[in-house]
Amino acid sequence: MKTRRVILGLLLVALGARTVFTQAGPAVLPSQFEFAGSWAPIGTEDVQNDSVPVDYLGLALTEDARTRALSYDESQKSMVERQCQGWGAAYAVLGPFGLRISSRSDPATNRVVSYSIDAWEDWNEMTIWMDDRPRPSVNALHTQAGFTLGRWEGGALAARTTHIKAGFIRKTGVPLSDQATIDWRFFRHGDVLTVLMVARDPVYLVEPEIISKGFRLSKVPLDYRDPCVPGFEGREPGDSVPHFPPDENPFLDEFMKLYNLPREAVLGYRDTLYPEYRKKIKDTYVPPPPCSADCGVAGNFVRRRGPTP
Amino acid sequence: MTRSFVAGLVFAVVAFGAPAFLDAQRSLDPARQGGSASPSARESAPIDLTGYWVSYVTENWRYRMVTPAKGEYRRIPASPAAVPIINAWDPSADERAGQQCKSYGAGAIMTVPGRLHITWQDANTLRIDTDAGTQTRLFRFSARPSSPRTRPSWQGESTARWEPVAAPDKGGSLRVVTSNLRAGYLRKNGVPYSERATVSEHFDIAPLPDGGELLLVTTIVDDPVYLNAPYVVSPHFKKEPDGSKWDPTPCSSRW
Repeated sequence: MKTRRVILGLLLVALGARTVFTQAGPAVLPSQFEFAGSWAPIGTEDVQNDSVPVDYLGLALTEDARTRALSYDESQKSMVERQCQGWGAAYAVLGPFGLRISSRSDPATNRVVSYSIDAWEDWNEMTIWMDDRPRPSVNALHTQAGFTLGRWEGGALAARTTHIKAGFIRKTGVPLSDQATIDWRFFRHGDVLTVLMVARDPVYLVEPEIISKGFRLSKVPLDYRDPCVPGFEGREPGDSVPHFPPDENPFLDEFMKLYNLPREAVLGYRDTLYPEYRKKIKDTYVPPPPCSADCGVAGNFVRRRGPTP
Repeated sequence: MTRSFVAGLVFAVVAFGAPAFLDAQRSLDPARQGGSASPSARESAPIDLTGYWVSYVTENWRYRMVTPAKGEYRRIPASPAAVPIINAWDPSADERAGQQCKSYGAGAIMTVPGRLHITWQDANTLRIDTDAGTQTRLFRFSARPSSPRTRPSWQGESTARWEPVAAPDKGGSLRVVTSNLRAGYLRKNGVPYSERATVSEHFDIAPLPDGGELLLVTTIVDDPVYLNAPYVVSPHFKKEPDGSKWDPTPCSSRW
């Protein structure tokens, strides 16, 4: 009996050695990963700044886009007919919410036919078709979520969205046309999902808008499906659409002055996205005064210890 | 009965333990990695990271392209211990102390706008030079010979491994873990990380629709001293055809 226990112990040691030593070798990524689940936003990256009017930082806009954006009045969202209009596909990474993803399989083959990213209050469900179905005609219906085809490539999920309804790529009124295309790549590393978005628009973007955002696998299911219920917010149906003449936008300087930012950066000029621009403004930039309010944390952190002041 | 158990034991040790042990020894042996027994890290690279890459600053613009206001640390899960340091940030003091490179350490360097030049220093060491702050990072794929612990540095010590995608697919990712860091800043305006910080990164490549390539660096900074939670960012870079725009500049504590 004693001998058996010793032998059993040695066997476990031998198996343990295999486990330990084989970890030194390269880790092989599966060609596909489990995409379905609830992915909570990590919130440590700032892709929309503070949604202060006339903030186009980090964008490379055409003159048409700048003109349209400067004519935008956020009061448009107070109109009953626009309150539940929602935001387009790009809002998956631009918005503050997490991703609740489910899959649908073909019952005959058990292969995944599609993934769905659930809707939020102001964002429509997005379906990623994985079955190589043909893309609809260019004249087919354009929707907020658009039409998305995906495939596994190099251990990542790659997808392309077309048929997007004309809308916005920033909540501050920066437009995105219905000719825009969005390429996605979803990378999973452990419990972190990095979503890369590359939005191209021949009408409103001089260069692609590239956003990458991190999400962490959530142990509890996310549920953002509160319905949008329009209500009276001071504007009667049929009232004129609130807007500004582009050269008379009263908020033109607000964001600039708040942080002492250069005008061309705030207005979304291409050169401001590259390191050369940083060198260009080095001798003229004056930092804002020390922060006195809302200086700290904003975002959805997974706390490890006590509260952050 | 006992004899057959002993025979089984010997078989198990030989079958399970020894090959794994020998494989591990081979993978940890730099000479063998560079030799013919197993391919070197350079030879086995599932993706090609070499070349010149430029920051494309479409995120965190206000925190990266200009120096943010003193005392602001939005979106960084700073711990209570970090707040007095944030509020006491003094770039002149950093200059006087010769610590102008505090915001160019491994915890932040990939978010500093600039260019990367990625090359192979040797068959098992990937090298990243940055023109912003003229820093050098060395990613070692093989275990270094045992030596006394080196002093902490801005770029620390990085161990790397490829994570290739299972055949028959191609591609993969580079995972890098960096520690032994000198205390630095996550942002130019003095949001700190400590010498106990660890930086975990994944380097991925994505094709761009215009035919170019994008380098995405998913970065997780974990610091038991100055962070309440991991700080996660994912800066990205566009590939450039050559080094004609390479412009080395020294560290600056103010800009």
